[in-house]
Amino acid sequence: MIYGVSYLAIALFVVFVLIVLGLSFYFGSRTKSASGYFAAGGNIHWAVNGIAFAGDYLSAASFLGICGMIAFVGYDGFLYSIGYLAGWIVALFLVAEPMKRLGKYTFTDALDSRFNSKAIQLTAAISTLIVSIFYLIPQMVGAGTLVEPLLGLDHWVGVVIVGAVVIFIVATAGMTSTTYVQFIKGGLLIIFSTVLSIYIFNNGLNLNPDAKNQEYIQPMTLSADNMQGFTEVSNLDVKDVSFVKMEKDGIYRWFTKDGDKFEEAMSTTKTPDGVKLYNGAPKEEGKFYQVGNMVTIIKDGVEVESTGKVSPLKFLSIINSSEVARYVTVLFDDGDNAVTAYVKTVTPGKEMLIPGLKFKIGKGATPLSKLNFISLMLALFLGTASLPHILIRYYTVPSQKAARKSTIVAIAAIGFFYVLTMFMGLGAATNGVLNLEDGNMSAPLLAKAFGVGLFAIISAIAFATILGTVSGLIVASSGAIAHDLVDRYLGKQLSDKAKVKAGKIAAACVGIVAIILGILFKGMNVSFLVGWAFAVAASANLPAILMLLFWKKTTAKGIAWSIVVGIVSALGIIVTGPSISKQFFRTEGLHGLDSPAIISFTLALLTLVIVSLATQKDNANKKA
Amino acid sequence: MDHGPAVELGVDHAAKRKTRLGIWMFVLYTIVYGVFVAIGVANYEAMKIIVVFDLNLAVTYGFGLIVLAIILGLIYNWRCTTIENEMNKEEKP
Repeated sequence: MIYGVSYLAIALFVVFVLIVLGLSFYFGSRTKSASGYFAAGGNIHWAVNGIAFAGDYLSAASFLGICGMIAFVGYDGFLYSIGYLAGWIVALFLVAEPMKRLGKYTFTDALDSRFNSKAIQLTAAISTLIVSIFYLIPQMVGAGTLVEPLLGLDHWVGVVIVGAVVIFIVATAGMTSTTYVQFIKGGLLIIFSTVLSIYIFNNGLNLNPDAKNQEYIQPMTLSADNMQGFTEVSNLDVKDVSFVKMEKDGIYRWFTKDGDKFEEAMSTTKTPDGVKLYNGAPKEEGKFYQVGNMVTIIKDGVEVESTGKVSPLKFLSIINSSEVARYVTVLFDDGDNAVTAYVKTVTPGKEMLIPGLKFKIGKGATPLSKLNFISLMLALFLGTASLPHILIRYYTVPSQKAARKSTIVAIAAIGFFYVLTMFMGLGAATNGVLNLEDGNMSAPLLAKAFGVGLFAIISAIAFATILGTVSGLIVASSGAIAHDLVDRYLGKQLSDKAKVKAGKIAAACVGIVAIILGILFKGMNVSFLVGWAFAVAASANLPAILMLLFWKKTTAKGIAWSIVVGIVSALGIIVTGPSISKQFFRTEGLHGLDSPAIISFTLALLTLVIVSLATQKDNANKKA
Repeated sequence: MDHGPAVELGVDHAAKRKTRLGIWMFVLYTIVYGVFVAIGVANYEAMKIIVVFDLNLAVTYGFGLIVLAIILGLIYNWRCTTIENEMNKEEKP
């Protein structure tokens, strides 16, 4: 651990969990009907629902993932903010009111409203489950990430705690408590992100960003005539970087070599017997410190050491004309040891504030890397309006007008928050708070640099963020199982009480699956993982939703086959792609496409059109 | 099997006009979003150009897309409310 446990943060975290559990008990005692459990009785006020939308949507991916990605790769992280928000345009202009008009408890209801088709009930329910589970993975990864520094517990313990609390919430009260948890959490997240941003502007930019409670340590620089007691052990060239292993007092560290100068690279080393060393020493010795700082600061054309208080726009313009120290990850083997080195790379602010550091669309771009970028932007744009846990929120309000108004409140709240992600991410990049092992902690650690109190509040809110989003996803999944599969597809004709009971059992099962996957995917950027959930949702669900609404020739078979093709193609591309292969097998994968939407969405759409045209007699028979 | 909504909804005579308006606004935003993606792919260096308040095109366009979504949302709601008031008059008590 490179940062200590905060008891204030623990206390606030416990208070949050108790409030959430209290709400669940309260609403649980009032929720008896299926309509109450799955759709909050359709009685939620549009303004409350709008902020609850924001609470649902501003998940771990937004707060932890986007801020972390901006901190490490600049503007490429902000692309997620742009895409996530743009997706609400599809939801507002095309989907919100018709979904409210057609559905009852789940998105399958809406798709099936014209057909009463077993195939749609089955495929749409499975799609809901798969998309929800894909969205659950990053939330659980984020939970583990947060609990590690907050409570001083292992990652897997954090995942289990969140899973257990959420299963309890959902199994007791369903959509009503989930809505109010989301409302409180969404509101607090926006308020305290604003507070954190104000701290950033007041603090300004500094070459030596000493935090209130910890000294900033710059990586060591050695030269051939001043080795500070280090001796060279071995050399290794990896890609374009020359690494030198150095020894001092029995501790081995990695440096990069440039002429006769050596610059310390932060590193972790995994030995064959499973021991992990941080800059050559056990974690507890604290040799692996937090980094990220400005290298030069140009303010109004003059080089300065610090800027003092700045306005939001000035903050961005100064970074644009200055230089930032970023850290690039390089993996290599040193004998039997697996080394992960983080190499300091001085990056002009001009490069930080345009796309291209993560998504190769400029220098060194290939047609495939450009296709990846387009595909990601497409998935983000089309994914929002096909996320089951977002769609079911349209059933919690009393009218189509309320559905529309709540979407606009959501867009305003979410849009404002996404503008702040730019400042929080860049603030983390330049204030010496980055944990190179886990970018997801960037925003909470930035808060810690400004004071333990702020860190405690932000961490507790981030944790509540995860609790809320996971609750929403599990309600959506339990609805898919209890209402779509058991009640409608299997035709069990459950009573209201039995349906609620089935939903609670389903919630527990989905929660357990989410816990297992959250542990397996430890270490991956949560926003990147959510990008996959969007791609699967956009491919599996959106062609079906849009064509049902806007093409009269759509048939039940067309919808069902489109969902199947969307799921299979999106999952197939993800599973055989580079990221999964790297995470689990340390290989490159069968192809280079990380974001499947451009192919899988198109395939699903074509399938729907072709199958519908081929099965027009079904519609004719239905009319007859 | 009842496929109706969780709450009873009245007939919305304005649905068609609202749908048409929604499609037009969706197309408008999609074009603006598409141009942003196209600039990124075709000439990402153009994103460096300083546009306004010392901010480059990437930041200005990115913030602009967020603000545009909010503005279009407000306009859409205002127009839809006007259309509903016109066409659903007889439904009001």
